[in-house]
Amino acid sequence: MATRLKDTDVVVIGLGAAGGVAVLPLAQAGLDVIGLEAGGAMTRRDFAPDEIRNNVRGWPMLASHKTNDEAPTFRATASQPAIRGGHPMMNAIGGTSLHYWAQHWRLNPWDFKVVSETTRRYGASRLPKGSTVEDWPFGYEELEPYYEKIEYELGVSGVAGNLNGRKDPRGNIFEGPRRKDYPMPPLRWTAFHERMADAARTLGWHPFPGPAAINSRSYQNRSGCMYHGFCNTGGCHVDAKNSTAVTTIPRAQATGRFTSVTGATVTQINVDAQGRASGVTYLRNNEEFFQPAKVVLLSTFAYENVRLLLLSTSKAFPRGLSNNHGQVGRHYFSHHQGAPVTALFPFKVGAWYGLPAQGVAIDDWADDNFDHGGHDFIGGANLWAMSDRRPIAAAGMNTFGRARSWGSEWKAFIKENADRAHSSYIQKTTLPYEENYLDLDPVEKDPLGRPVIRITGEYKDNERRIAAFSQDRMEEWYRAAGAIAVTRGPVGGPMTASTHAYGGTRMGDNAETNVVNRWGLSHEVPNLGILGGSVMGTSGARNPTHTVQALAWRTADYVVRAWKTLT
Amino acid sequence: MADEQSRVISRRELLRNAGLAGAAAVAGPLAGGPESAEAAQQVASTAAAPTVRREALEHLPAAEADLLDAVLDRLIPSDEHGPGAREARVIHYIDRALGGALASSRPAYLAGLAALNQYARSARGKGFLELANADRDAILIDVESGRATGFADGSARFFAMVLAHARQGMFGDPYYGGNANFVGWDLLGYPGIRTMVTAADQKAYEAGTLQPSRRSAYDYDTFNKATASAAPHAHGDASDGDQA
Repeated sequence: MATRLKDTDVVVIGLGAAGGVAVLPLAQAGLDVIGLEAGGAMTRRDFAPDEIRNNVRGWPMLASHKTNDEAPTFRATASQPAIRGGHPMMNAIGGTSLHYWAQHWRLNPWDFKVVSETTRRYGASRLPKGSTVEDWPFGYEELEPYYEKIEYELGVSGVAGNLNGRKDPRGNIFEGPRRKDYPMPPLRWTAFHERMADAARTLGWHPFPGPAAINSRSYQNRSGCMYHGFCNTGGCHVDAKNSTAVTTIPRAQATGRFTSVTGATVTQINVDAQGRASGVTYLRNNEEFFQPAKVVLLSTFAYENVRLLLLSTSKAFPRGLSNNHGQVGRHYFSHHQGAPVTALFPFKVGAWYGLPAQGVAIDDWADDNFDHGGHDFIGGANLWAMSDRRPIAAAGMNTFGRARSWGSEWKAFIKENADRAHSSYIQKTTLPYEENYLDLDPVEKDPLGRPVIRITGEYKDNERRIAAFSQDRMEEWYRAAGAIAVTRGPVGGPMTASTHAYGGTRMGDNAETNVVNRWGLSHEVPNLGILGGSVMGTSGARNPTHTVQALAWRTADYVVRAWKTLT
Repeated sequence: MADEQSRVISRRELLRNAGLAGAAAVAGPLAGGPESAEAAQQVASTAAAPTVRREALEHLPAAEADLLDAVLDRLIPSDEHGPGAREARVIHYIDRALGGALASSRPAYLAGLAALNQYARSARGKGFLELANADRDAILIDVESGRATGFADGSARFFAMVLAHARQGMFGDPYYGGNANFVGWDLLGYPGIRTMVTAADQKAYEAGTLQPSRRSAYDYDTFNKATASAAPHAHGDASDGDQA
């Protein structure tokens, strides 16, 4: 029998990028907040620049591996068997915001209105067949103040490209208008970044430094970036990466209203006789607890958000919590960020020291920033040339058909070329489809004997066409910068578990096709909020975390404002 | 993040499969059998004196250790391009890991090395250690391509596993027992672990004047070693399946 704990106002499940943000406005408003986190706490002394620990082995071993224990299975289509995959996320205070790349993009205005803008400009027939995409329930303008809030509260470096409607070619001229510039200048560029930017300009494109939740100089008494080269899947040894563990969570703790509980594995969101959330049940050190709360916020990443809902069955919700419309798990997609292009240059790129969030972005071929009249797809891709190289990965470099992958020839090849290759990061518009979804796997279980999530999904024609088109653009860019050889990855494939996972609890006004309303609260359970990429109905062509955090702050803000009606 | 781009996923898949191959394989141990004694004798009589002193291993029997040493020497040879696996002590990296983070791969090593030697006999009429370098390479090309017979889960998986671990031992942090004297990092031109890289350092690197740091991450006292040295969790090493 679960031990019943003292009531609280809000319980937040998961203290990562999303939940770790939401606790701050709640606690600042004077609500009593309890945060349940499956992992433990780590500090900068735990973040050694160690490729074997960070990138080869399970990082870091002191972290909880709950995410791995419940890693989803995946299959391309419903007619195939699903196989167990990996899980890229981690459990800890701060979650994956501890070791993510920290590229911190606002979505562009088009991403909120894919259906209406495509219909307006090209006709409804251009919407891909089988896609379940909808317009968001609000536009970019609604989220703009929350983007700004996150940029200043956590710290984001970058340069504005559209300040109150005034375009500035030093930044992204395709971004939506912003009221304030970033609080910090962008991360520095290397000689190679300058070369890539020059090459882009010769093509008539508009290069700019991408935004990063990483300090380019000291901010809020934390250091600026040290560019040491272990940021990719590594925590920051000087706290220059603005994870929630070093920003919003400590400030929430300082209010005296917020308590975090580590090592807590939530197994159920409970409901009362009226079908309202009454609190959550969790395991800690093999003991079961029930934490009653007036409002429950679910922020455990897309897969666990969906799984916890589907596993939280009750009389009122026999198919899972908030699933009486059968929408939990629907409209799922993994961001298409594969299909890379890799180039070989006749000179050193200088990528040993730096970070994935440092580099040159091209938005000319993203979203609807170019005329699609002559193309057979909608949306596009953001092209990104960054600094990211470590020795073991470098030794595994593509040899461009010039050597096998071992032996004397290979040694000669890597000796000359280890720092002469460059791989692009191309994020593509990805849409939800009828045939792509999450459900509970009928076979695979976690160590508690509960089914894991099954991903059924593959990239469709629209995504594959964007991939091929953007590879052409990327190769053009590399060649203009002096590349002597270029190779490409495959353009499609199944959707595996991703750090960019969208949908499953989509946000929208229509309760028939969406799980949460425009405020991020369940259509069916008024005091249950859901945070994370699982509420996003479109991806844009850029990293999701900034949008996830802006939405999390907005939902928390709404909970505070609507407290009396919600409770 | 791009670390899950398809190229990396596919490599991880391959490595994971390599680990599973080990668990599934019937580990026909060389140690103790006539095969093993024979191989050991051959080493004593025919193997060239190693150029680098190799200390006794803790997690592989002697005959398998000699075979692995010979394989690693072909994967990353000591040659005119610089020191190789032997100078880097790659086999010590693997041996130490087989007692810890890579423990789940030990059966795959035992079975795979036995199969390699057997395949050399069937294809060339001699054990792997008796072959000249060109023939050793020919055998390894068969193993890499999956053509070599006698491997419980396909020879390509075994090869991919050994190659991945060889690179880890050659190019990983010396803290883990390989990359001795930073020879792996020197080969790549990687100027080493730093906790701060200024704009001036970056420019110096670009100008070819930045001196190698020659330090392990754990030579910096600030870093806690627990996250690196802790016993593997239930799933073992990420490179052979803990993401699964």
